[in-house]
Amino acid sequence: MARYLLTRAWQSALTLLLSTIVVFVGVRALPGDPALALAGEDRSPEALDAIRRHYGLDQPLPVQFAQYVERVAQGDFGVSIRTGTPVSSMLTTALPVTVELSVLAIVIASVLGIGAGVLAAVRRGRPAEWFANALALIGLSVPHFWLGLLAILYLSVATGLFPASGFVPLLEDPVDNLHHIVLPAVILGTGLAAIIMRQTRSAMLDSLSSDYVRTAKAKGLRPRAVVTRHALRNSLIVVVTVVGLQLGGLISGAVVTEQIFGLPGFGKMTIDAVFQRDYPVIQAVVLLTAAAYIVINFFVDLLYSVIDPRIRVTGDPA
Amino acid sequence: MTVLTVPMAETGTAGITRRTRVLRRLRRNPLAVVSFVVLALAAVVALLSPWLAPYSVDQTDFARTLAPPGSAGHLLGTDDLGRDVLSRIMLGARASLQVGLLAVATSLVIGVPLGLAAGYFRAWDAVISRFTDLLLAFPFLIMAVGLAAIRGASLGNAAVAIGIAQIPGVIRVVRSDTLRLKSLDFVAAAVVDGASDLWVLARHILPNATSVILVQATVAIPAAILGEAVLSFLGLGIQPPAPSLGTMLATAQQFAARAPWAAVLPGVVIMGLALAFNVFGDALRDALDPKGDRR
Amino acid sequence: MTTAAASTAAIVLEMRDLSVSFPTETGTVSAVDGVSLDLAAGEIVGMVGESGCGKSVTGMSIAGLLPGSARVSGSVRLNGTELVGARESALRRVRGREIAYIFQEPMTSLNPVLTVGRQIGEVLQIHERMSRRAARVRAIDLLTLVGIPSAAHRVDAYPHQLSGGMRQRVMIAMAVACGPKVLVADEPTTALDVTVQAGILQVLRDLRDRLGTSILIITHDLGVIADIADRVVVMYAGRVVERAPITDLFAHPYHRYTAGLLSASPKPGRHASTTRLAEIPGLVPVLSTQPDACTFADRCPAADARCRDSAPPLEVARGGPDHLAACWHPCATQTQEANR
Repeated sequence: MARYLLTRAWQSALTLLLSTIVVFVGVRALPGDPALALAGEDRSPEALDAIRRHYGLDQPLPVQFAQYVERVAQGDFGVSIRTGTPVSSMLTTALPVTVELSVLAIVIASVLGIGAGVLAAVRRGRPAEWFANALALIGLSVPHFWLGLLAILYLSVATGLFPASGFVPLLEDPVDNLHHIVLPAVILGTGLAAIIMRQTRSAMLDSLSSDYVRTAKAKGLRPRAVVTRHALRNSLIVVVTVVGLQLGGLISGAVVTEQIFGLPGFGKMTIDAVFQRDYPVIQAVVLLTAAAYIVINFFVDLLYSVIDPRIRVTGDPA
Repeated sequence: MTVLTVPMAETGTAGITRRTRVLRRLRRNPLAVVSFVVLALAAVVALLSPWLAPYSVDQTDFARTLAPPGSAGHLLGTDDLGRDVLSRIMLGARASLQVGLLAVATSLVIGVPLGLAAGYFRAWDAVISRFTDLLLAFPFLIMAVGLAAIRGASLGNAAVAIGIAQIPGVIRVVRSDTLRLKSLDFVAAAVVDGASDLWVLARHILPNATSVILVQATVAIPAAILGEAVLSFLGLGIQPPAPSLGTMLATAQQFAARAPWAAVLPGVVIMGLALAFNVFGDALRDALDPKGDRR
Repeated sequence: MTTAAASTAAIVLEMRDLSVSFPTETGTVSAVDGVSLDLAAGEIVGMVGESGCGKSVTGMSIAGLLPGSARVSGSVRLNGTELVGARESALRRVRGREIAYIFQEPMTSLNPVLTVGRQIGEVLQIHERMSRRAARVRAIDLLTLVGIPSAAHRVDAYPHQLSGGMRQRVMIAMAVACGPKVLVADEPTTALDVTVQAGILQVLRDLRDRLGTSILIITHDLGVIADIADRVVVMYAGRVVERAPITDLFAHPYHRYTAGLLSASPKPGRHASTTRLAEIPGLVPVLSTQPDACTFADRCPAADARCRDSAPPLEVARGGPDHLAACWHPCATQTQEANR
C-alpha cells in the first residue's frame, strides 16, 4: 500500500512538473512580447523595462522558470490585464461556484448512472434495459449546452420554475443557491451519467456472470444482497476509474454550463479572458485546471485502493 | 436428432472469414442498418451541400430576418441576417463532420504509434504513460482555450485541440490490445523466427488491432462533433460568417425571445449525427466481439 | 460394505427423471435427459463424464441454480420435499443450509473484495441469524475444521492472499457452515495440484464421517472417484449410462463408454511410456433433442442397427442389484458370467 501510494505520488508530482513546463513554454509561445502583454495600457519603454525586470524576463529561461514556479507556489499568478485585480483573488471568488457545480453534477451523475446501470444489467433483455440503454445513448449524443439552452427557454423562461441565470453564494442563502445551481448541475450531470451508466452496466454484466456471484446464490442470499454486496461492490472498482477519467470532460462541461447559465465561475472567467486576451488569467486557469486534475486523480487512486483490497493489502496477514 | 456443435475443426465457422461474419452480424442488427443509412445520407449531403443548398450561405436578406420555419422560399426559416437556415444547417453539418474526421485523424496519427510502442516496448511504456497523464491534465476545452490564445480561434485549431485531447484514449486501447496480441502464439512465433520489431508491429500487431482502433474512432467522432459544437458556440471554433451548428445555437441564444424555434433544429442535427455514430459504434463493437452475445 | 450402508441408510436426496434443456439462438439444446439418482445419508456418490455431458448442469439443477432460461422437468426431492418448481424463497432457505456447493475455481468462486471471514459468516448470518461478530467466531472454528492453520489470522485475509488449496478449504468451510445434508462438489480438485488434491479429498471424507453429510462429487477424473466415492454414476450426453458401486465399476465396466473412460486413464503398473493411453475417438455431441437411440453409438466400436434405433434403458445390463448399464452390447457380461 505504502509503495503503491509512493509510486502514484511520485508520478503525480512528475506530471505536475511537466504540465507547469508546458504552460510556461506555452506562455512564451504567445504572440508578441510578453512584456507588452503584461503592460496593459502603459507601454512606455521604461514601463516595459520595469515589467521585464519584475517578471525576470531579462533572465535566462531556466532562471525564469524557477522564478515562475516560485511565484506560482506562493499563489501569485500575476495581475489581470483588463481589471488590474490580482488573478488569485479572481480565482477565490470564481472557484467555489465551479466546485459546487461540479460536485453536485458528479453526485447527480453517479446516482443516476449507477442506478440505471445496475437496473439495466439486472433486467437484462427486458424493456427496462432497452429503455436505460436508449437513454444512455441519447445522453451520450446530446450536446448538453444545447439541453441547457432549451432548459432555459422552455423551463426557466416559460414556467419560471428556475431562474434563467445568476447566482447566490452558498453561505449567503443556501436555498436560493440551490435553486440557482440545481438546473445547471443536472444538465452538466447528464453526459457524465450516460458514461457512468454504460460502464456500470457492462461491469455489472461481467460480475453477475462471475463465479463468485454463483457462489453467493448457492449460499442462499437474496437477489438484493447478491447484487449489492457481491456484484456491485466489484463493479464499483471499474466505475470509480471511469469517473476519474471523466474529470477532464467535467471541467470542460462546467465551463460551458457556466457560460450558458451565467454562473460567475471559473468557466466564465476563462472565456472572458480568452476574448479579452487576458493572458495572466488564461495562464492561471490552464495551470490550475491541470493541477486540479492531477491532484483529484491522485485521490481517486486512493479511493480505488480503499475499494479494492488487492491493492490495499500487500503481504500475508499470517 | 440434430447435432449442433461437433468437434472444433468441423464447426460451421470453418471457411467463413471473420470479416463476413462481422458484416453479417451488422446486417442482422436493425439499429446498425438504420444508423449506417443515416450516416451515409449525412455524408452525401455533406459532400454535395455546396450544390444541394438552396441558397448561398452568405446571402443575406434584411427584409426577412428571423423568419419562422415554413416561410415561403425558406423551408426552415431565416436567421438574424436573413440567411437561409436550411442551407446553413447543411453546410454546418458538413463542417461538423469535417472537424470530427480531422480531430480523429489527428488523434490516430499520434496515438496509434504511441499505443503500439507503449504496449510492445516495456521501456517506452513508463514514458508514454507520463505523456498520457500530461495530456489528460489538459481537458479539451482548456486545450482549445490555450490554442486559441496562442494561435487564434479557427476550425483547424478546434479540430487539433479536440484531436490532442483524444490521444490518451487511442493510446489506451491500442496499448492494451498490443499487450494482448504480443502474448499470442503467432506473434511469439514470428519473434522466434527472427522478425524485427518493426516488422512484427506492422505485419502482425497493427492489422489485428484495427478492429479496436475502428471502434475507438467510431466513438471518438461523435465526441469530436459535440466538441466542435461547444467550441463554436463559445466562439473558440469556427468563426462567423462561416456556417457552424454551434454558432447557430449561439445566435439563437441571443434572439431566443424573438425566435425560440431557432435553438431547436441545429441541436437536433448535432444530436442526430452524434447518435448515429454512437449507435453504429455500439453495433460495430458487438459485431466484433468474439463472445457475440452482448448487446 | 459401503453398498450395504447405502441401501439401508435413509435416502436424503431423490432425483427422478430429471431433464434440462436450454433455448439458444440456434434452437433448443438438451443438456440432461431423464437422470435418476439417489443419495443416502453419509454417502459419497461420484458423477463422472467428459466435459459437456451434463454433469454440472445436473448438479446445479438440484438447488435450482440454473439460469432462468433453463427448462427443468422431473423431480428432485430433499427428504421428501419437492425442489423442482419450488418457489424462489423456499429454494433460498434450502441453498447454503441444506444443500451446499463447492465449485471448481476457488480463486474466481470467492469474492475478491470481501474477507474470507465475511464470506463464511454471511451464510451463518442469513441462515442461522447470527450476529456478525458471532459469525466471525464461528468462521474461525470452521476454518480450523477444514484444516487451515492459524485460522484466527486467516479469517481476515482476502482470497488473493491465500494459496489455491487454502481457498478451496475456505469454500468447503463456507459450504459446511450450516451443516448441510447434501454437499455438491463440482470438480473440487480440478484446479489444484495433485498433492493439494489429496488433502482436499481427505477434508471431504472427514466431513462425511463427522457430520454425516451426503456428498455428490462431480468430476471427469476417475482417480478422484476411485479415491473417495462409494458409488459411481457415469454420464454421457445428458444420460446416465452406468451406475455401480465403486469396486464393481472399476472391476467390470459394462458400458462401452465406461470401458473407454477407464482405459483412457492411467493405471498403476502400466508404464506410461510403454503403453499409450487409449482415447475415445470423437467428442460428446450437443443435442437439440434426445434421440431414441444410444447417444454413444457414433463413437462406439460395438454399435449396430439396434443401437441407432432404440435407446437402451438403464436396467438393460444388470450385474447385481446395484450395477446397471444402459447398453445393448455390454462389454463385460461374458467375462462376468464366466467368473461366476
